[in-house]
Amino acid sequence: MIENEKQNYLTHPKGIMSWLLTLDHKRIGLMYLVSGILFFFMGGLLALGMRLELAAPGNDFISNEQYNNIYTLHGAIMIFLFIIPAIPGALGNILLPLMVGAKDVAFPRLNLASFYIYSFGALFALYTIINGGVDTGWTFYTPYSTQSSSNVVPMTLGIFIIGFSSILTGLNFIATVHKMRIPGLTWYKLPLFVWALYGTSLVQITATPVLAITMVLLMLERFLGIGIFDPALGGDPVLYQHFFWFYSHPAVYIMILPAFGIISEIIPVHSRKKIWGYKFIAYSTLSIAFIGFLVWGHHMFTSGQSVFSQIVFSFITYFVGIPTGVKIFSWILTMYKGQVSFTPPMIYALSFLFLFTIGGLTGIFLGAVALDIHLHDTYFVVAHFHYVMQGGTIVAFLGGLHHWWPKSFGTMYNQTIANICAFGVFLGFNGTFFPQFLLGLRGMPRRYATYSDQFVELHSYSTFWSGILGFSIFFAIVNLFWSFVKKNKVDPGSNPWGGMSLEWTHTSSPPHPHNFETDPVFEHGPYDYDKVIVEKTYKK
Amino acid sequence: MSHDNSSPSFFQHHFHDVEQQYETSKFGMWAFILTEVLTFAGLFVAYIVYRSWYPDMFVGVHKLLDVNKGLLNTVVLITSSLTMALAIWAIQKNLKKLSIFMLTATFVFALAFLGVKYQEYHHKYEVGQLPGKYYSYMGPEVVEVIKDQEKIDYYTSSNNVYFDAETNRLYKTMNNPHIFFSIYFVMTGLHGLHVAIGMGLIAWLIYSTARGNIHQKYYTPMEMIGIFWHLVDLIWIYLFPLFYLIG
Repeated sequence: MIENEKQNYLTHPKGIMSWLLTLDHKRIGLMYLVSGILFFFMGGLLALGMRLELAAPGNDFISNEQYNNIYTLHGAIMIFLFIIPAIPGALGNILLPLMVGAKDVAFPRLNLASFYIYSFGALFALYTIINGGVDTGWTFYTPYSTQSSSNVVPMTLGIFIIGFSSILTGLNFIATVHKMRIPGLTWYKLPLFVWALYGTSLVQITATPVLAITMVLLMLERFLGIGIFDPALGGDPVLYQHFFWFYSHPAVYIMILPAFGIISEIIPVHSRKKIWGYKFIAYSTLSIAFIGFLVWGHHMFTSGQSVFSQIVFSFITYFVGIPTGVKIFSWILTMYKGQVSFTPPMIYALSFLFLFTIGGLTGIFLGAVALDIHLHDTYFVVAHFHYVMQGGTIVAFLGGLHHWWPKSFGTMYNQTIANICAFGVFLGFNGTFFPQFLLGLRGMPRRYATYSDQFVELHSYSTFWSGILGFSIFFAIVNLFWSFVKKNKVDPGSNPWGGMSLEWTHTSSPPHPHNFETDPVFEHGPYDYDKVIVEKTYKK
Repeated sequence: MSHDNSSPSFFQHHFHDVEQQYETSKFGMWAFILTEVLTFAGLFVAYIVYRSWYPDMFVGVHKLLDVNKGLLNTVVLITSSLTMALAIWAIQKNLKKLSIFMLTATFVFALAFLGVKYQEYHHKYEVGQLPGKYYSYMGPEVVEVIKDQEKIDYYTSSNNVYFDAETNRLYKTMNNPHIFFSIYFVMTGLHGLHVAIGMGLIAWLIYSTARGNIHQKYYTPMEMIGIFWHLVDLIWIYLFPLFYLIG
């Protein structure tokens, strides 16, 4: 153990170059984590800026044009620079090889390349911000995006480049899951987080190329006026929407599937009970990934589709609810008669169940054509996707960070503060976004810097709670990183939650540079709490 | 972590054995091919949409393309796929010089393809058959040609193309011909970019094979780049009829 303490991936090898040129998936994951969180804070500050402006009607702090820039950057940064790359890039990179018992991902050099491609793309996004922003909304709808004088090209170029990083990470993960598992670790013995990453990666490699080509066409439209999306030249701006949503609807599942995977890990471990319906959860991941490709038209109910396509898209959209419901019920049944402990990861997981259910159900509302025509482009949509993206993905991401923090970095955060922050996130989130459902139902349109007096009460309420939400997230993350500063180390052999997958039972915390000191041997499944007793050990 | 000193130099130590390494590379390459197919799929959808919007225009305008050059390029590219496959066969049989020769032939064919493409692009640039708002071509200066005493054909010397009477009428009333060229240039341009990238990869293969880094026991990169090259070929096999042979 003594030698082991000296040799972990964080301290060995040393030197700045050993980080910049590392091929170690855990270091690359950590670099993704830090850059992702920086962009998360940046996007969060923009969101708080918007809420501040919306605390009262009228243009109190910023002009309409500035508001357009802020919501565009908020959306683009959060989606393309944080949510899509952060969970697969950070948690996925650190955990996937550990979970399948491999020494690294299938293509370590490609993995490092993905990180640098991501960073290069992020530079264009930063340039956009410094150079005065972009005002089209994160969807870059034509024809406005081909005419706007703001920085559409740098931003779309950044997204195009980051898309490649996303594709390469997905490709790497798929090859890792297929080819790098240790003997005995069959598909049905894999941790569900691996299944989730696998589903995510499938969507990444199949949907992202279409986004890439769409961004190329958009840039060519601006540079050369090729006319494909320009009605004045005989083109069709709605074709852009089709292309964009053919990627961006599946991208919604790129964002949420890893979160499902995290929840599938946290709930059985912190309930010390075998997961209920393993195969149902695994296959529901794949069916969500598949159905996700057939529903893009539900974003375009008001864009002049035929009634027939509206009905078809609406009908298929309802099918997404089935695998999602299967997952929710499986998680609830996993907790039933388990030994549930209210640790910080578990509180995040429980928040997720509550928030994501609301987000998912309101998605079904919006999938109904008649309702959507009323609710389209209102705050109801804003509230819906924040319940999914933030209440779902980001809450699960925070839960996952708290769950695997002692494993990944060998330090334990202050659990009391973490619990308080988790409650703060839950309350702040509901306080911020629940009123937005009501605002939307009453007709408040999205993307406006001001509003009529009848909405004051709900808007100011939302702004107040967004402050609580912001503080809670900020302190939750500071609390995590503070464990580095305080050097509150866990014993390298400890297993604080009693996890059963390979990363808990076969590696030290933090892991050895080569992950496993001896080749791991598969002994029991990741959720076999009914067969094997795993002790919770923390600081022996 | 046993570092087996007897393991070959190309072996990467995060794999269990050489076979796993080979299988993983191959799997990854096919996944990459899938992303390539989907990249082009977006453009094929754009093609389908606009061809169904403007069927007459597509049929009319496609006659401005030079079928002979397109056919020549098709032959060139298919032959290059053959030489690529032969290069892999040669290295499997440990015929290093033959393999390098075949790779060089592939490289030369690729260059020839881009040369012909350059000629086509250059001509279109000269006469203004360009995408979108840069389109300035106002129709061919036609010469009427009487064939078989009755049927009248139109011949354009600048383009070396015959029109029949109906096509010429169509051409005069065609709307949005620039859309055809937008799609033509984007699709063949992206394909040409792939050919250029493939040339870079093949050049690297020639160098590595000559240096002895790729040999009978380890030719994974050549096989993978071969797969990529066949994809590039295959995409052209779809592009050729869809642009040059419609109507």
